[in-house]
Amino acid sequence: MYAGQKIRRVDAFDKVTGRTKYTEDLCDRGAYVARVLHSTIANGRVIRIDTAEAERVPGVVRVLTCFDLKEKHYFPTAGHPWSTDPAHQDVADRLMLTERVRFWGDDIAAVVAEDEIAAARALKLIRVEYEEYPFVLDVQQAMMDGAPLLHEAFPNNILRHTQTRLGDYEKAIQEPGLTKVEGWYETPVVQHCHIENFICFAEAEGDRIKVVTSTQIPHIVRRVVGQALGIDWGRVRVIKPYVGGGFGNKQDVLYEPLCAWLSMQVGGHLVKLDVPREETFVSNRTRHSIRNHIVSWVRPDGTFAARKLEAFSDQGAYASHGHSICAKGAGAFPQLYPCENVEVDAYTVFTNKSVAGAMRGYGIPQAMWAVESHTEDVCAAIGADPVEFRRKNLMPVGYVDGFSKNELYCDSFNQCLDRAMAAIDYERKFKAYQNQTGDVRRGIGIAMFWYNTAVWPISLESTSCRMVLNQDGSFQVQVAETEIGQGADTAFAQMAADVVGVPLEKVHVVSCQDTDVAPYGTGAYASRQTYVAGFSIRQTGLMLKQRILDYAHLLTRMPVFNLDIADGNIVRTTDGRVLMSLAELATEALYSLTDSRHITAESTYQVKSNAYSFGCTIAEVEVDIPMCKARLLNIVNCHDAGKLINPALAEAQVHGGMSMGIGLGMSEKLMFDERTGRPLNNNLLDYKLPTMLDHPRLVAEFVENPEPTSAFGTKALGEPPACSPAPAIRNAILHATGVGVNTAPVNPHNLFRAFTEAGLIHDESEVSRDV
Amino acid sequence: MDKSTGKQYKLIHCTVNGKEREVMVDVRASLTDLLRNDFRLTSVKKGCEVGECGACNVIIDGECFNSCIYLAVWADGKDILTLEGLEGPNGEISDIQQAFIDEAAVQCGFCTPGAIMSAVEILNEGRLLSDEEIRIRMSGHLCRCTGYENIFRAVKKTMLKRLEAGNRKQE
Amino acid sequence: MYDIKALYEAASVAEAIRLLQEHPRAQIIAGGSDVLVQIREGRRAGAELVSIYGIDALRGVTFDGEGAIRIGSLTSFSHIAASPIIREKIGVLGEAVSLVGGPQIRNIGTIGGNTCNGVTSADSASTLLAWDAVVELTGPEGIRRLPIRDFYIRAGVVDLRSAELQTAIIIPKAAYEGYFGHYIKYAMREAMDIATLGCSVNVALSDDRKTIRDARIAYGVAGPVPMRAPSAEAAAVGRPVCADTVAAFARAVLSDIHPRDSWRAARAFREHIAVELARRALTKSIELAGGALDG
Repeated sequence: MYAGQKIRRVDAFDKVTGRTKYTEDLCDRGAYVARVLHSTIANGRVIRIDTAEAERVPGVVRVLTCFDLKEKHYFPTAGHPWSTDPAHQDVADRLMLTERVRFWGDDIAAVVAEDEIAAARALKLIRVEYEEYPFVLDVQQAMMDGAPLLHEAFPNNILRHTQTRLGDYEKAIQEPGLTKVEGWYETPVVQHCHIENFICFAEAEGDRIKVVTSTQIPHIVRRVVGQALGIDWGRVRVIKPYVGGGFGNKQDVLYEPLCAWLSMQVGGHLVKLDVPREETFVSNRTRHSIRNHIVSWVRPDGTFAARKLEAFSDQGAYASHGHSICAKGAGAFPQLYPCENVEVDAYTVFTNKSVAGAMRGYGIPQAMWAVESHTEDVCAAIGADPVEFRRKNLMPVGYVDGFSKNELYCDSFNQCLDRAMAAIDYERKFKAYQNQTGDVRRGIGIAMFWYNTAVWPISLESTSCRMVLNQDGSFQVQVAETEIGQGADTAFAQMAADVVGVPLEKVHVVSCQDTDVAPYGTGAYASRQTYVAGFSIRQTGLMLKQRILDYAHLLTRMPVFNLDIADGNIVRTTDGRVLMSLAELATEALYSLTDSRHITAESTYQVKSNAYSFGCTIAEVEVDIPMCKARLLNIVNCHDAGKLINPALAEAQVHGGMSMGIGLGMSEKLMFDERTGRPLNNNLLDYKLPTMLDHPRLVAEFVENPEPTSAFGTKALGEPPACSPAPAIRNAILHATGVGVNTAPVNPHNLFRAFTEAGLIHDESEVSRDV
Repeated sequence: MDKSTGKQYKLIHCTVNGKEREVMVDVRASLTDLLRNDFRLTSVKKGCEVGECGACNVIIDGECFNSCIYLAVWADGKDILTLEGLEGPNGEISDIQQAFIDEAAVQCGFCTPGAIMSAVEILNEGRLLSDEEIRIRMSGHLCRCTGYENIFRAVKKTMLKRLEAGNRKQE
Repeated sequence: MYDIKALYEAASVAEAIRLLQEHPRAQIIAGGSDVLVQIREGRRAGAELVSIYGIDALRGVTFDGEGAIRIGSLTSFSHIAASPIIREKIGVLGEAVSLVGGPQIRNIGTIGGNTCNGVTSADSASTLLAWDAVVELTGPEGIRRLPIRDFYIRAGVVDLRSAELQTAIIIPKAAYEGYFGHYIKYAMREAMDIATLGCSVNVALSDDRKTIRDARIAYGVAGPVPMRAPSAEAAAVGRPVCADTVAAFARAVLSDIHPRDSWRAARAFREHIAVELARRALTKSIELAGGALDG
């Protein structure tokens, strides 16, 4: 069995030798270079664009503006499965180039040039005349009557509002003896910061258009390019090479339609669109900033009588993934700590900011920031122990979600807590850090998370796999679930080897998805790769095995029920004798003069189940109060992601998610100028992505309760690690100082404000006036 | 200066991955451009082009530089090593590359070449670095996949292995 | 590919001066970590450049005749930090430049570039200012030397005349002998960051280590250019080595500095940190000088 083993990544050798080809490495040097002209106002309309000067720059091939877009095909960008029911389709509000500008950085024109310098020079020479409108950056201000309206179809800028009502909140809060705990908790706009920026190139192939792109979702890109260009989807061919990180940004269709269109405007010539880092921050996607208001009514025995959540999710200027992110977060609220009387109102609201889309965790990191900060505040308010309170109130074993039918089968929360507490020596530290004084103090804090794997039953879950047997008994595996760095190809190889019964090196996972060749599937998202692809790999592997054994029957005369494939050999199960190698069989099958067969298998599996993934973070900090700095000393995540297919890669993935959670909790924030709407820190110097020096050792622990609904016992792990570190760090700082910072990140700016308010530090200018 | 195009070129001589090279470079080119485009050394990655991410890091005369903010003409007379240069004639890889594989320090792989080259610079010093020193020396590489944990492990493990092997030789 | 109109490479100081005279619009490029970034941003796109990166004569740290420390302007931060002379005589400068950016930046970044770009956040600048460094400038009329505090004119502008280049930074013997110092970079990250505030302090104590004979303090990002805090210095010089002196010194910096309110940091926050850094850097400097606050 390979599943469960720490197998080395199948792509690691090429990656450590520099052989791995990413999108740009594959682009012919003869490509034209495209650059996008972005708006320099936050809200308004382009009245006129003068391209004359830009067109005169030597090396410029074409300058195209929003006014050159003769057919306006509005398209959606979310990497969601398409729905044939118009009511369930994503909002189609994008144009490749737009006259109506809705954020600073909107796409209004493009230059195609022979080289990057000509393109850059031309961009600077394009003169744009705007009609400017007032703009709005704050999510709640955007909902007010009279606020600048971004999209006519969405009054008060509300893209969507959903509600959950359980029991009777108003009646429940009348119960005598309740303690009311209330707080506002907010997460910042952050960005994915995959080290490979988004890049694609396009060229004509006959009457078709080929797009090679750094994407998580090649088949969805094919559909959306077709929609945006108004051409048949089969005329679009999309190729996904190795990807230098995606984290959800590349789960959106970004500039593939524009690049394809630009190529078509220059006679099908090869056009490369390589997005600079500064534009990746502004004009790709971001993580939704979500402001959450939580009210809890707590009984003296430490149980919840009633709870209320209002979530305001800042969508930015276009719908992208829309309300699904806020809705996922809001959905966690009544489930993580079930309560009989709950009111939830979730709003997703347009503002004149960069467009928010999918990002690792998909609303759960924001929700956990609020819910787990609030849980700590509840504990503080009623004097409860943070661990005991959680154990008492968390989702109980046997809990079933009526909608998804997801179930908590095992005591995962307590098991994860126990393991994490032991790993970080929680009990001792928690006691030792009580009631400290002095400038430098330590604290330890906990946060839990809840995460739903995959998207069923909200959306389609369909996965396809193809296996093709080679003469040597090895076989190719193709799926549509993409390798974007997470290690999917390695996990797939392990699964396929086990199902068919061959040594791992006999499995060749085709990493590149070419929509002309790759089986259909929707790509990498929702932490669903191993869970979802597992079904089609198992099903297809069994089909391939059946066909191999059928052929083995012809060659050996043994009944199929007495045959098996083990370690790449055809084995008679009754006595364990190796009858022939799979290589011998495969060669004979292909070249047989009596019965030649190309043994392949291909199938689609529609997944109609789903699984909860659980875990927690415990963080230990040291806070230097006068310096307004918190240093992370230790951090541990513990996950129940079901059975781990590859524990080494699972651990590595948890590290990466923790790192992203640490950034969200302590340093990252994309800022916008209040006066102009202009992004302020859209580069890797001013945007504080943590470095190696900003991290302590990262510890990943696991509890492996095999998921009963899963083809391989596995469930979500990709996104969960990013969900709970930020509130755990916040709670550790609260433990150290008594100060809870409700606005992430807990950076020195926010600590300065919070410590000043709490009287832990004094305003120096006032001190100086005293002397 | 080419009068017809206004473009300016310079003939430079340098050693790239042990091979002496002579190449005409556009003075506007960065070393990243030269290595990627002229020599097709595509391990040299572009992540920011302003020296902030470290993906384009290469070793020049024994020291690490972000090749994106290094003019190609400055490579004249220099000895340049990229990730491709670590591979032996028969495809053997170095200990640090193997450690990146073994420690699962590779995920998307985009920061990997630059990070390995910094590790090479450190390891070539042949001395014991504290954990803090390793972190300082590797801090010029932004990585979004690994949380740096396994990169750190790979570098430290290789350092200790080399020092141990060195000690054994001395004994 | 950078939008460079023309590049002229100098192999010697004399050639650099000649090239700058021949191409009066040309800008000097040393390590390029600022200039190239600005070309890419468009701020200096289409520039003519005189590259002095190849002038090896401008590299290295040496003693000159009178015991002064001479740092060639093209010496990289990593070479400054590794220099035995710097380590022995003015270790704090090595520590300060080891906090610039990340390792690769410290290999390309030069002390000359760091000071000639005139930015207030330069990690080397506050320490050079606090150690009374002298800037050596070479131009068509020969060599002139001026105190680094006079070199800075305003944000981004230094006293560099036409066809002139900075060739060395000199720390006179009197400026370093008997002094001990500490630099604190306050930034949002532990690496790859620019200072929110930088504070460099050094002291010379009396022979019995009970009195502060001299104290110098300089800040980066506390004003438009790196600056000294004379009121703070005055509050410490001649005072006993004790906690009260340190407190008075730290408080006094607020009479001297004028940090900005910007999206990078609020003024009140920077002021608070400035006082704290002064306190900590002086305390550490006294310790290094063999003094004790509780003694």
